[in-house]
Amino acid sequence: MGALEAVILTIITASTPLLLAAVGELVVERSGVLNLGVEGMMVMGAVCGFAAAYTSGSPYLGIAAGITAGIGMSLLFAFLTQSLVSNQVATGLALTLLGLGLSGLIGEAFTGLPGVKLPKIWIPVLTDIPFIGPILFGQDILVYVSIALTIAVAHVLFKTRIGLVIRAVGGNHHSAHALGYNVIAVRYACIAFGGACAGLAGAYLSLAYTPQWIENMTAGRGWIALALVVFSTWLPRRLAIGAYLFGTVWIMGLYVQGLGIGIPSQFLSSLPYLVTIVALVVISGNRTLTKVNTPACIGQPFVPDR
Amino acid sequence: MTTKSVKTGTAASVDYLLEARNIVKKFGDFAANDDVTLKLVPGEIHALLGENGAGKSTLVKIIYGSLQPTSGELRWMDTVTVVANPAAARKLGIGMVFQHFSLFEALTVAENIALAMPDDVDLAELSDRIAKVSVEYGLPLEPTALVADLSVGERQRIEIVRCLLQEPRLLIMDEPTAVLTPQEADQLFVTLNRLAGEGCAVLYISHRLEEVKQLCHDATILRHGKVVAQVDPQKETAASLARLMVGADVHSIKAQKAAKAKSPVLEISDLSLPADGPFGVALKNIQLDVCEGEIVAIAGVAGNGQSEFFDVLSGERRCLTEDAVKISGAACGTAGVTARRQMSAAFVPEERLGHGAVPGFMLSENVILTRHSSDGGMARGGFINQTAARDINTRVTERFDVRKAKADPEARPLSGGNLQKFVVGRELDRNPKVLVVNQPTWGVDAGAAALIRQALIDLARSGACVLVISQDLDEIFEVSDRIAVISRGELSQAYPAGDLTLEQIGLMMAGAHETGGGQSREAVA
Amino acid sequence: MKLILEKRQEHSQAMAYLSPVIAIALTVVIGGIIFALRGLNPFEALFIYFIEPVTTLWSLEELAVKAAPLVLIGVGLAICFTANVWNIGAEGQLTAGALLGSAIPILFTGWQSPLTLVAMLVLGAVGGALFAAIPALLKNRFGANEILTSLMLVYVAQLLLDWLVRGPWRDPKGFNFPKSVTFEDWQLLPTFGDGRVHLGAVFAVIAALVLAVVMARTLKGFEVRVIGNAPRAGAFAGFSRNKMVLFCFLLSGGLAGLAGICEVAGPGGHLQPNVSPGYGFTAIIVAFLGRLNPVGVLFAGVLLGISYLGGEAAQVTLGISDKMAQVFQGMLLFFILACDTLILYRIKLLFGSQLRQVPAE
Repeated sequence: MGALEAVILTIITASTPLLLAAVGELVVERSGVLNLGVEGMMVMGAVCGFAAAYTSGSPYLGIAAGITAGIGMSLLFAFLTQSLVSNQVATGLALTLLGLGLSGLIGEAFTGLPGVKLPKIWIPVLTDIPFIGPILFGQDILVYVSIALTIAVAHVLFKTRIGLVIRAVGGNHHSAHALGYNVIAVRYACIAFGGACAGLAGAYLSLAYTPQWIENMTAGRGWIALALVVFSTWLPRRLAIGAYLFGTVWIMGLYVQGLGIGIPSQFLSSLPYLVTIVALVVISGNRTLTKVNTPACIGQPFVPDR
Repeated sequence: MTTKSVKTGTAASVDYLLEARNIVKKFGDFAANDDVTLKLVPGEIHALLGENGAGKSTLVKIIYGSLQPTSGELRWMDTVTVVANPAAARKLGIGMVFQHFSLFEALTVAENIALAMPDDVDLAELSDRIAKVSVEYGLPLEPTALVADLSVGERQRIEIVRCLLQEPRLLIMDEPTAVLTPQEADQLFVTLNRLAGEGCAVLYISHRLEEVKQLCHDATILRHGKVVAQVDPQKETAASLARLMVGADVHSIKAQKAAKAKSPVLEISDLSLPADGPFGVALKNIQLDVCEGEIVAIAGVAGNGQSEFFDVLSGERRCLTEDAVKISGAACGTAGVTARRQMSAAFVPEERLGHGAVPGFMLSENVILTRHSSDGGMARGGFINQTAARDINTRVTERFDVRKAKADPEARPLSGGNLQKFVVGRELDRNPKVLVVNQPTWGVDAGAAALIRQALIDLARSGACVLVISQDLDEIFEVSDRIAVISRGELSQAYPAGDLTLEQIGLMMAGAHETGGGQSREAVA
Repeated sequence: MKLILEKRQEHSQAMAYLSPVIAIALTVVIGGIIFALRGLNPFEALFIYFIEPVTTLWSLEELAVKAAPLVLIGVGLAICFTANVWNIGAEGQLTAGALLGSAIPILFTGWQSPLTLVAMLVLGAVGGALFAAIPALLKNRFGANEILTSLMLVYVAQLLLDWLVRGPWRDPKGFNFPKSVTFEDWQLLPTFGDGRVHLGAVFAVIAALVLAVVMARTLKGFEVRVIGNAPRAGAFAGFSRNKMVLFCFLLSGGLAGLAGICEVAGPGGHLQPNVSPGYGFTAIIVAFLGRLNPVGVLFAGVLLGISYLGGEAAQVTLGISDKMAQVFQGMLLFFILACDTLILYRIKLLFGSQLRQVPAE
């Protein structure tokens, strides 16, 4: 395996959890809800995914457990913000703090244990093609799922009635309500979808990226996913590009570190966070790009009158 | 809904398209609708008249399924019907055009209409149908246009086409002409008459008496949630309809002629400002002088730069040049709102809750909001004088008859009229030399509106200069000495109120004075 | 069954006081259930968690040490959140304050003067404020979301600290441990009692009281509340939203930085990779539990301090993970946010027959 091939493979594995979590949050925000709890849902997905896979020996049960944990956390958020109209920013923060604490508690029993790794697929002939084979046809199943999911979200959002309703609810919840759409129900569904994606992204970390449980192993990836959604100006295509850009930055930092160049490792480790800030600044400074696509109702509470 | 025993209707009930019988709707202890009965026959244009807060909106929301009645029943084509939600209403054949459009700015015309269709539709096919219907009824629309880029009149067309595509048997129009120029309104009446001719019933909500007389066959009048009369509007006069609506003879306003115009106090020259974001309006080269003792009114259709103009006068947005705005001869175009208040200017914005007042703050705190630095003694050395604020609140609420449950309530629960009296009174209490007020009586009951208009006139006659921005032409003719019209960010010359007809104003509202407009300035003057 | 919210005419004052009490009660009940599920006597566990920490003088002093940074940071955040400015990077600002303040004892080891400590404290506050100014300026100049930028900077600050204590600032005589030189007496905060409670606790009380007066009586406090409640009305009052963002970040960042240097020059006495057990994040909970009111924050800081102490005690006595404290804190914030609904709304549950009168939304 050549060095370039190895780098590309790790970039794909590093980008996949970002893409998974961000594509879910994109749908949530398109429906007019800001869920800052991605980090919390993700870390719960990671610990539950690891625990289920370790206990059962099946990485696929781990994936299912990760998704379930993500949905469970997101429904907590949905109940507070939609049924009790609590402040979305504060509730999202609460979700993250709770997720980090709870995952630490659950994960204590699993720290340092060998994990169950999600296998990579192998297609005869195709995977054997040098260089291209392992990259295109030799990934684990979730890499393909993440890309398929992004395409599916783009299609549903912009080509189907369901997507039209989601965008309508996020653009003007009063009008959507007046037309007879159930704003709260649409948002519950979108939040749950976002939770499932974040949980899946977390499970990917503990089953494929580094198959073990380490406390706080999400290391801010949930927050970066949130920034990616802003960066994408709420368009799935740009989101995919952004996720892979960030994955590349993340890996390049590690890779340069490995080369033994005299740059302190801490500076390279801080690159993804600094790049996130720069990306936010660049995209936010461009009003024409952001304003048209920004869901107008984002973060605003909605209480239907009776 | 619980089925209650209801008085049986008359034998002729079969002829009605819709009957609302003995509708009661309570919010807490307050009855928004109290035993309301309304009957509609196919092909009639039926007016629903009443002041703000009389219960018109509540009644139509019940008919359209947005609200459920506390008691009473709806009969649709002689069958007791529960309209569970708006989708059910549309299925029955009830369409509604809202006063505040239920449109989505970031979506296209076709997408907006698709959202109101009961089933999934192909957007291309729908676009063809939109084109067909819009030509048929004289309502031109471009299906792929983004709503954000459309004028108010065009947006209303979307709402109407949206209803027409479902071939409604009843069309509800909530204050449709409030946002239209007189010419656009005439165009709408042609469409509505045509629909009625085809057998569709129209329930037409308005408080504009002249147009009800012109358009409607029948009228039901609501007051305080009750039906006070059902009349043939053609046989009534505007005054008799108004008496029914308000319950007493309408308070008439004493408007003595202004004394001869003296020196200008508020001078606006070469004021231009770029649009604030993709949905804003740019102001173009505005010129206007307002003299002491006079009221100048700015007419115009909503969304033509009124709020931008107000913001730049108040100093919430700064002008690019200092000389663009002068108060008493002092240039203040780049000064902020506090500096302008210190020059004895006062401002009343359009939005009461959230702009003119903080909803969750007590009235005394809302006094501090605009007066913390302009009146001596309110904030000395950075500390707030709460006693002074409470005293001002007491004085303002007494002088302007602000009715409230306790001495110093929060702003939120006050009715529109009472809060507006407070917001206007808070500024008048300062005896300002310049007052700029945007939509002074928007959504305010007739009693409060009369009081506020009288107060504006009295202020001007006492020597101040007053600039009123309003969409309400009746109000403008009632209070103003001179009138200018704003359209797409351009302001016409100000003409003496007596020299202008409604038609001339209408032409200007449609843009006749604009530099790129079809008609020249001379055609108006 | 269906849950319906009915808007109150005005804020409920009673609920504003009751809601944190209800939230605490719910947290305790759920906590007891979790203990019971783990096979522990819930009453004993709860006693160890919440009561024992306040029964001895020793633990009370320890409580003051823990509560001081929480209150210092919490009051700053309370002002931010009241103004609808979302600084969630206090942990990073704390780190930055600890770093800059420590520059004096680490780089100017010999400077012995009464001013040394003062300079350290000032630099600590300045460090936190400057670090907090970054998200504020990026927000004002480019519209970059301050939640995300301030949080990203937490990681940056922690990595910077990590690099310093492992690299240039490592104690050459420290057996290669990642820590700085130990500070001298004159570089440490004066202490009270048994010698653990330090000046930080005094700062915390002063900050809370001063900010309470600012919020209740001054035009600045009024400005904070107006901009947070109704930004449009704030502009109408002549208040600048951008200046408010900067003010809030400088204030809260400065207080977090002060808390940071107090941690280092108080109980620590040297820099190490972890200067705080997440005080900057826990302070978010403190701010909300304290109703965003500086005096309330004082009480809330003490309560959250108890949860830290209880967590340590429970780990020793019962063998429960100290992660339990974090779970308690997270739950508490959830319950407060849920209970806050009661301040503006009445909650109605509708069953069976009543339900049919309610339209599908």
